[in-house]
Amino acid sequence: MLTFTCPYCGVVAEESELTGGGEAHLKRFGPGSSDAEFEAYLFTRKNPKGVHFERWRHAYGCGKWFLAARDTNTLEVFGTYPAQTTEPPADLIAAIKNKRPGWEGWK
Amino acid sequence: MRRYSMFAVAREALRYHAGWERAWRSPEPKKRYDVVVVGAGGHGLATAYYLGKVHGITNVAVIEKGWLGGGNTGRNTTIIRSNYLQDASAAIFEKALQLYEGLSQDLNYNVMFSPRGLLMLAQSEHEMRGYKRTVYANALQGVQTEWISRERVKELVPIINLDGPRYPVLGALYQERGGTARHDAVAWGYARGCSAMGMDIIQQCEVTGIRTVNGKVQGIDTTKGAIDCGKLAMVVAGHSGVLAEMAGFRLPLESVALQAWVSEPIKPVIDVVVMANLVHCYISQSDKGELVLGGGIDHCNNFTQRGSWYTLEETTRALVETYPVVSRLKMLRQWGGIVDITGDHSPIISKAPVEGIFVDCGWGTGGFKAIPGSGWAMAELVAKGHSPLAEGFGLNRFREGRFIDESVAAGVAH
Amino acid sequence: MSTRLAKGGRLLDRSKPLNFTFNGTPLRGFQGDTLASALLGSGRTLLGRSFKYHRPRGLVASGVEEPNVLVNLGRNARLEPDQRATTTELFEGAEASSQNHWPSLDFDIGEINDKIGKLFPAGFYYKTFMAPKWAWKHLFEPVIRQAAGLGAAPKEADPDRYEQTYAFCDVLVAGGGVAGLAAALAEAKAGKRVMVMEQTAFWGGRAPVDGGIIDGLAPDEWVRNAIETLEKMENVQLFTRTMVSGLYNHGYVIGYQRVADHTPGDGRPRHRLWRIRAGLVITATGALERPLAFAGNDVPGVMLASAVRDYVVNWAVSPGDRVVIVTNNDDAYRTALAVLDAGLSVPVVIDARDSVTGALPMAVKARGVRVLEGRGIAKVLGRKAVTGVEICAQAGEGGVIETVACDCVAMSGGWSPVVHLFSHVGGKLIWDEAGAMFRPDATRPPIKADGTALARAVGAANGALTLDALCAEAGLAAQVEPEAPLAPVWVMPAGAKEALKFKAFLDYQNDVKVSDVQLAAREGYTSVEHTKRYTTLGMASDQGKLSNINGLAILSDALGQAIPQTGTTTFRPPYTPISFGAVAAEAKGEIFQPLRRTPMHGWHEAKGAHWEPVGLWRRPYCYPRAGESHRDAVNREITNTRTNVGLLDASTLGKIVVKGPDAGRFLDMLYTGMMSTLPVGKCRYGIMCNENGFLMDDGVVVRLSEDSWLCHTTSGGAEHIHAWMEDWLQCEWWDWKVYTANLTEQYAQVAVVGPKARMVLEKLGGMDVSKEALPFMSLAEGTLGGFPARVFRISFSGELSYEIAVPANMGLAFWEALNAAGAEFGAMPYGTEALHVMRAEKGFIMIGDETDGTVIPQDLNLGWAISKKKDDYLGKRAQARVEMARPDRWRLVGLETIDGTVLPDGVYAVAEGHNANGQRNTQGRVTSTYWSPTLKKGIAMGLVVNGPERMGEVLDFPGDGGVVHKVKIVDPCFYDKEGEKANV
Repeated sequence: MLTFTCPYCGVVAEESELTGGGEAHLKRFGPGSSDAEFEAYLFTRKNPKGVHFERWRHAYGCGKWFLAARDTNTLEVFGTYPAQTTEPPADLIAAIKNKRPGWEGWK
Repeated sequence: MRRYSMFAVAREALRYHAGWERAWRSPEPKKRYDVVVVGAGGHGLATAYYLGKVHGITNVAVIEKGWLGGGNTGRNTTIIRSNYLQDASAAIFEKALQLYEGLSQDLNYNVMFSPRGLLMLAQSEHEMRGYKRTVYANALQGVQTEWISRERVKELVPIINLDGPRYPVLGALYQERGGTARHDAVAWGYARGCSAMGMDIIQQCEVTGIRTVNGKVQGIDTTKGAIDCGKLAMVVAGHSGVLAEMAGFRLPLESVALQAWVSEPIKPVIDVVVMANLVHCYISQSDKGELVLGGGIDHCNNFTQRGSWYTLEETTRALVETYPVVSRLKMLRQWGGIVDITGDHSPIISKAPVEGIFVDCGWGTGGFKAIPGSGWAMAELVAKGHSPLAEGFGLNRFREGRFIDESVAAGVAH
Repeated sequence: MSTRLAKGGRLLDRSKPLNFTFNGTPLRGFQGDTLASALLGSGRTLLGRSFKYHRPRGLVASGVEEPNVLVNLGRNARLEPDQRATTTELFEGAEASSQNHWPSLDFDIGEINDKIGKLFPAGFYYKTFMAPKWAWKHLFEPVIRQAAGLGAAPKEADPDRYEQTYAFCDVLVAGGGVAGLAAALAEAKAGKRVMVMEQTAFWGGRAPVDGGIIDGLAPDEWVRNAIETLEKMENVQLFTRTMVSGLYNHGYVIGYQRVADHTPGDGRPRHRLWRIRAGLVITATGALERPLAFAGNDVPGVMLASAVRDYVVNWAVSPGDRVVIVTNNDDAYRTALAVLDAGLSVPVVIDARDSVTGALPMAVKARGVRVLEGRGIAKVLGRKAVTGVEICAQAGEGGVIETVACDCVAMSGGWSPVVHLFSHVGGKLIWDEAGAMFRPDATRPPIKADGTALARAVGAANGALTLDALCAEAGLAAQVEPEAPLAPVWVMPAGAKEALKFKAFLDYQNDVKVSDVQLAAREGYTSVEHTKRYTTLGMASDQGKLSNINGLAILSDALGQAIPQTGTTTFRPPYTPISFGAVAAEAKGEIFQPLRRTPMHGWHEAKGAHWEPVGLWRRPYCYPRAGESHRDAVNREITNTRTNVGLLDASTLGKIVVKGPDAGRFLDMLYTGMMSTLPVGKCRYGIMCNENGFLMDDGVVVRLSEDSWLCHTTSGGAEHIHAWMEDWLQCEWWDWKVYTANLTEQYAQVAVVGPKARMVLEKLGGMDVSKEALPFMSLAEGTLGGFPARVFRISFSGELSYEIAVPANMGLAFWEALNAAGAEFGAMPYGTEALHVMRAEKGFIMIGDETDGTVIPQDLNLGWAISKKKDDYLGKRAQARVEMARPDRWRLVGLETIDGTVLPDGVYAVAEGHNANGQRNTQGRVTSTYWSPTLKKGIAMGLVVNGPERMGEVLDFPGDGGVVHKVKIVDPCFYDKEGEKANV
């Protein structure tokens, strides 16, 4: 039963209050994109055994989507941040690098 | 390989079983193999076994970073059935079921395949229509299955509560040939069979790199040194993405936790396997007497082999609701596995973008029942470059939008 | 023979005798007894049979680790199998019976398995039972299944109550022994919110039995003081009979409180499950004593040394008059002293160590007890009860030096810290060479969400096995006899021959012996997980609490490697088994998944509606009248609706308001059609696809005002579609100014359908609902019969039809008003099945029938609902992929059997030949099929290869029992093709 701090309402939310939304920072490809781009957008996932940027919705709370960085191997949560961004905040990146020196980055 | 039999056991009994040889050899890797299979779970071992048995390719190594059968092969609820809806799924799961039916004799290793019948309960009109569709589809696919009335359900499952106030049972999809097998034995039996054909099973050996030249595979680097190969078969479930990355391609996979749990052993109360997909729980009783229980997947990426309590709790509620006597029994042990799930929840058995590499992964929650069929198809694909059973499961289907979606008939992919 | 001692028993209240029965025989115990101590006190030593060999078994332990004495407790609906006698508090009228034997405990036919046990070594079943092929299913497996299992399941539903509760604390202390209480005191004094959970009914753990002085006090006294202090602190909660059963991710903890197991039928919930979020879990779970592996170590009367002294000291039970002690450590000498103090005799202490010089052994020697050094037990004599032991040199092969008569053997192989909780979520262990044990590695604890430690082990659970070590760790002063180091002993004697190892048990319940582990190693099952699974070591209901370390050590020895290299198997929750009833708790029956009810739900129920579950809702399928079948009722409802007027409770339909300056633009992305151009007050049918291009939901969209739209969704889809909208708005187009609100439950909605629909509304009065004022596909707001109403002129049946939304709290009154007003026009309610048939008669698709997640709108000839003017909508790119553009996709058509009968649900149309996998080729399938009471024939819809271009073709649909239905492809609209009836 994971917990995340919702960056909107500040509540430490239980996993059962949340719905998961998979990998974060995917770029949407629409009409005009190549088959490869579109396939990658819909299906190809990093699925790392390690730091994962992911989407959660505080569905049974404030209703907001937020993003989180979490280690899929230890379940440590490095931080959460609002969904209205195209990339993780710099301080979060720094914090992760500090804890995981060998981490190759979020891209 | 010394054959196993009642007589052999009796003979050995006279000398306290001192004469049994190793079930499989544990050699150091050779410099080169015709085929290297990465992953000594059920699927990988079955792939190697049929490469040898059907295609005569025996210069094969199976590389395993942990212990053989240590992934999902040894962590599932051992359910076997073949009454899938879509043609491609029905074909491969039926092939698997047919192979399971003779597997103990084929391997000379008792995998305890137990065709004690499998029910999928219908608890809504929609589910009922979906299952009836499956019956007709299966009839044309050569897969035996039938729709049974709720009265027949009660005969087969005396402990069921048909008239729970929430979702009364309307009937069930029933596959008499479905059932269970002893999961570890499947891996061990295949391993012994592979070893007997001269193949090398190399445990505690982790792949650290994949060598390619001009877009063609040359070999792998491992913690036990470099190994060259003609062809490389990746059969590593949740770690497929990691391995694919080494070879420079990505897979449409996500890894999530799936939990299972057992009760303390009790005298037989349920002979068949029952799945209730609307409320998401399934139950069977092992030969040892434990009720073997499971439900749905957790919904976030996870490599820890531990799921969340609430998933287990929801499923247990469904179990107690459906089988009230379960309330007074006790949970002995819970555990988790990591299942790899694709975009359409169906597996991948495919050539990879790198020449000479083949992948078999993405079995999600349905892997155990497929093991022999998956191995058969993968072996054929590796040996011949083409397999009718693998045809629908190619990687290209995601680009083309050609899905094999089993959830359509109210079913789940278990 | 065991018996009750005349004096003593620190936990007993002799003034309160309790009656109970075992296998029907009336017996007596006292308040404070466990079932185990009461049985032993009643002279019962043969108490069970093992799983595989059906060997006679008695008590080995006094606590949770007991593997042998599991009983059926209670009867009928309150029967509980596999109940551990050592953790069952005795209560008046308890009924217990032994398990797994036939015909009786004393004479068990199954014991033949033991006589021919050599045929059944580890994994024998993998090598046998393979021929003939049919025999596994029909002969061997049924026999094995009947023989396996332990207790019997109850046959009736559980009458007891279970509950769950939540708690939050800074520190949760698991275990109420000295270490746990000391930790609790420290944390509580530091101001932390502390919960302490002790699995037994008593505080203090082992110390009161084992003795010593803590801070100048006897353990009992120190514990009493500690509890008194803690009880007075407001930030502390104390729980006995409550086991911390498991640690889960991010500091989630499950506690299992056995509220009323010892007071059955007193009205309280039987068990309570605590769901706790703890900032820190202090595992003060103690240690478990290890048995020694010698031949016959399972004969009733062979017990753990600590258990023997527990029975003597706690419950004044003598496990035997002559107690032989066998040990590799000093602690077991405490048992000798306790036995001597109780007036029983210790004929000999057999110590495997070559030199025994510790204070405790000296004290025992001083009492005149013979202590043998460097000796072991070659074999225990006796079958159903111990009669003696054969003593040998520990270093040898088992040559008998002497035989000593006795009726109890107290064994100790050292102690293993209980590391389970620490390990459940990934805490790591280290091998402590000196103590020959795994203990928690404080540098690699399990972690919480923020990466900090979730658990800390203290006391014996941390490897501080002696009172002085434990007290030093906790900052307490202790006085206790010093202990000399133990000498690891994994097999006794060290060079035991096969015949001895074949009777030296590791896992008692599962009958796993030293020889089995060695066989597994020999056959290549060399991973610890392989060995466990091949031999079933540690897989019994005690989950290896007694056997794991011994088994590991023997495996390591067989492989010639160090124990830490072999590693352990994974520790999984629960620590000891917990009831499923507690896990499910109140969520059963009506509230298993709470029902969603429309405002008219009760009305439908009162009218005898036959229900259909739709998501969490339940909708009337039909309203059968007396003597009517469901089919009759559906036909009546349809005919009445098409000739008079029908009323449908459509409140479950999703109703989502989308509002804002960018709402139109947003809906244009969401729907395939153009919604931004919809005039205010008008309705338009819309379909939504997912990004894979597949049809996901449909419904009528209404433009309420310049900047707001009302989107109707399917009943099952409302929550999902609302979440879908929010996902896109929050995560992709967050700069668009749009608000959404799911108003599904704020409005009741009724469809008034049929040629006389207008008359009913006019009778209610208050609004102009004429064709001119309210044309087809438009909206009017006003008051109908006094109800504020939104009236939509939309039709899903092909009839003149109004859907009317009123505030939910007026839903029932409005529904009743409609029924009353409609009475003179023949109004009747109709259910979902009539709805389905009528829409099928019109050729309208139904999400979930014509769609199944693999169907694109183009397949359903819904091209007209896809705007050609838009650059983009969700799903558009996907629909351009190869597979979607294929010319031979299965497309929607109507289907009619040549003979007018109804096609079965789910049938397929066959094509010529078979595919490469030998499956019959197909060219279509039926998606909806009904008897049309309007057309008096079977009608169906289906998807067929190139269907719309094949009108009039006849296809074969194989049905049941070899019947092949001949089916003609027709237009899917069977009724009022011109649409005149709806547009009047």
